[in-house]
Amino acid sequence: MPNAVPTSIDATVELLKGGDYIADRSLATVLFLALKLGRPLFCEGEAGVGKTEIAKVLSQTLGRPLIRLQCYEGLDASSAVYEWNYARQMIEIRLAEAQGVQDRRELESDIFNERFLIRRPLLEALQPHTEGAPILLIDELDRTDEPFEAYLLEVLSDFQVTIPELGTIKAAQKPIVIVTSNRTREIHDALKRRCFYHWVDYPDLKREIEILKVKAPGAGDRLSRQVVGFVQELRKLDLFKAPGVAESIDWATALSELDTLDLDPRSVNDTLGVLLKYQDDIQRLQGTEAAEILHKVKADIAASPLG
Amino acid sequence: MATSDAASTRARPDGRLASNIVHFARTLRTAGLRVGPGQVLRAIEAVEAAGLRKRDDFYWTLHSVFVNRRDQREIFDQAFHVYWRNPRLLEKMMEMLLPSIGVPASADDQKQLSRRLQDALQPGKGETPEPENDEPPEVEVEATFTVSDREVLQTRDFEQMSQAEIDEALRAIARLRLPVPMRRTRRHRVSRRGARIDLRASLRRALRAEGMIELRRKQPRLRPPPLVILCDISGSMSRYSRMFLHFMHAITNDRDRVYCFTFGTRLNNISRALRNKDVDVALQKASAQVEDWSGGTRIGQTLHEFNNKWSRRVLGQGAVVLLITDGLDREGAAGLTEEMERLHKSCARLVWLNPLLRYGGYEPKSQGNKAMLPHVDEFRPVHNLESLAGLIAALGGPAGPGTDRKLAGWQTELRKE
Repeated sequence: MPNAVPTSIDATVELLKGGDYIADRSLATVLFLALKLGRPLFCEGEAGVGKTEIAKVLSQTLGRPLIRLQCYEGLDASSAVYEWNYARQMIEIRLAEAQGVQDRRELESDIFNERFLIRRPLLEALQPHTEGAPILLIDELDRTDEPFEAYLLEVLSDFQVTIPELGTIKAAQKPIVIVTSNRTREIHDALKRRCFYHWVDYPDLKREIEILKVKAPGAGDRLSRQVVGFVQELRKLDLFKAPGVAESIDWATALSELDTLDLDPRSVNDTLGVLLKYQDDIQRLQGTEAAEILHKVKADIAASPLG
Repeated sequence: MATSDAASTRARPDGRLASNIVHFARTLRTAGLRVGPGQVLRAIEAVEAAGLRKRDDFYWTLHSVFVNRRDQREIFDQAFHVYWRNPRLLEKMMEMLLPSIGVPASADDQKQLSRRLQDALQPGKGETPEPENDEPPEVEVEATFTVSDREVLQTRDFEQMSQAEIDEALRAIARLRLPVPMRRTRRHRVSRRGARIDLRASLRRALRAEGMIELRRKQPRLRPPPLVILCDISGSMSRYSRMFLHFMHAITNDRDRVYCFTFGTRLNNISRALRNKDVDVALQKASAQVEDWSGGTRIGQTLHEFNNKWSRRVLGQGAVVLLITDGLDREGAAGLTEEMERLHKSCARLVWLNPLLRYGGYEPKSQGNKAMLPHVDEFRPVHNLESLAGLIAALGGPAGPGTDRKLAGWQTELRKE
């Protein structure tokens, strides 16, 4: 049975927590509004801050199917909305001709029938589902081009799709829509205006430690505290790609797999590749700079042990 | 379901809260955020849905509707705290009372307000709802702006371009074929000789005519790649900068996905200013934005800034970079090699336009030139820089006999060093 959508902001926080997602109040507020008012949620933010995860957790905790549309350059209607199964249609024509069907009109309505329709994610999301309105995740919208964005605008405002041969298909229940963008280009205002906008930021120290506790339970308190301290320091540097939350979790997991209880310069150097994904960044940090940051982090922890 | 508790704290859209949200939206609009009536309605609806129990929730509720972009957060944040300053405001509003607007700035609130917001709040004084007390509303703001003392900042006026010149330029731009191939997209169009079969069209055809299914064909659509222009406006390039600006303006308005940056001692993204159709307005806006006309050049540092801040946002989808500079660097080419390498690796094609190349005996002698040459795909001389048409002809035409060979020769030589 699907769970009902939360009725307050506090309930939204709890709901996400139930799916191991530690959200801050701002995200819960926006999500609550999106759920309650039935409008899409537009999440923008750096890579690895948990934008996609929101949709996954929602589908899991609400017990709704998750329909994902991964965007890429040149995405078009035939891979996002629907496509006709041409091979089967052609066989159908041949069969009809063999049976001596003369009426072309009848043949046409036979051919362009729902039986031959291949539903892609956007159309699938408009179909009725027994588990309740599905979660539609439109991932990395910034990778598509402007024409697709314009098309999406139409779908997201009316929740309907027009197929010339069949007519207009309207959503039985409005799907819960989550749009994410890495901001590699600016999405047009018109689309954003139809959504609730949220910039997903890096979490603060306290929340990130909490996240690690849930997501990387193998790492001890001390290690988690050090990992988060170190990562937060890295985000202040002028790096080509600062590590996200996903990287912190990976790093903490990797370190605990290596039976590290306490960070030392050597283990940092050996595992830096989990945290940083660009050679320039790794080269710059390896050695003295990493050791200095580690020293500072440890001093900070000593000064405020509960931090 | 709303509990009775929630219902009692619900704001009614016809209450004064609604009018306050309207005025708040107007403040935001004057401060430069694009806020329309649709958003105001949505904000009222959202506040109604979220309830008014916590100040934070109220903040994020309005935030989710009024903020559309990351760079608007700061303005929104300041506007929110100034407008809804009174901490007891929420309780008051629950009783459907008016908030007092424009309480004089408290001592702990000496944070600088953005100038746009100051401007937005000042003329709005008379328009905001009148406060309950009789004190005149007053917003104390401190207008400060920083002047960099390290750099001599100059602003430049541009001569006006005659209509004939503009027409000529536009004609030339229309003819311009950059030395880059068009990019295939994944969309198709019907074509008699296309390599792929358009099944949908074929099937429709088959339904109309009996007998053999006549195949229709399609081919990929072609599209010019995004163009990123990085233009040097330092002292050594100053005689050309007006013309380059005209060039950038013309090409920005001629096709989509053109991004223009100027650099000297700092990097400036002037794409938005140049999108203005009127050439004089566009150039005026651009030149107001750029502060390092005819100064020194820090190519390495500005390229670093471009790589870190912009490359991921504008170099997608097979972008071509047009780098316009003489490669004379004030900083002795510090860090230039690494940044050029990164730039080269993050774009589809890097074209360097060097005015120095028009002198016959050009040799890559300076440190900057030596650092940059190994990382360009194409090196263009510009023979006639006096007119826009000349520049366009130089860009679109063949590289000229020997230039490609020379470039290859220099590159092998530099690699050996």
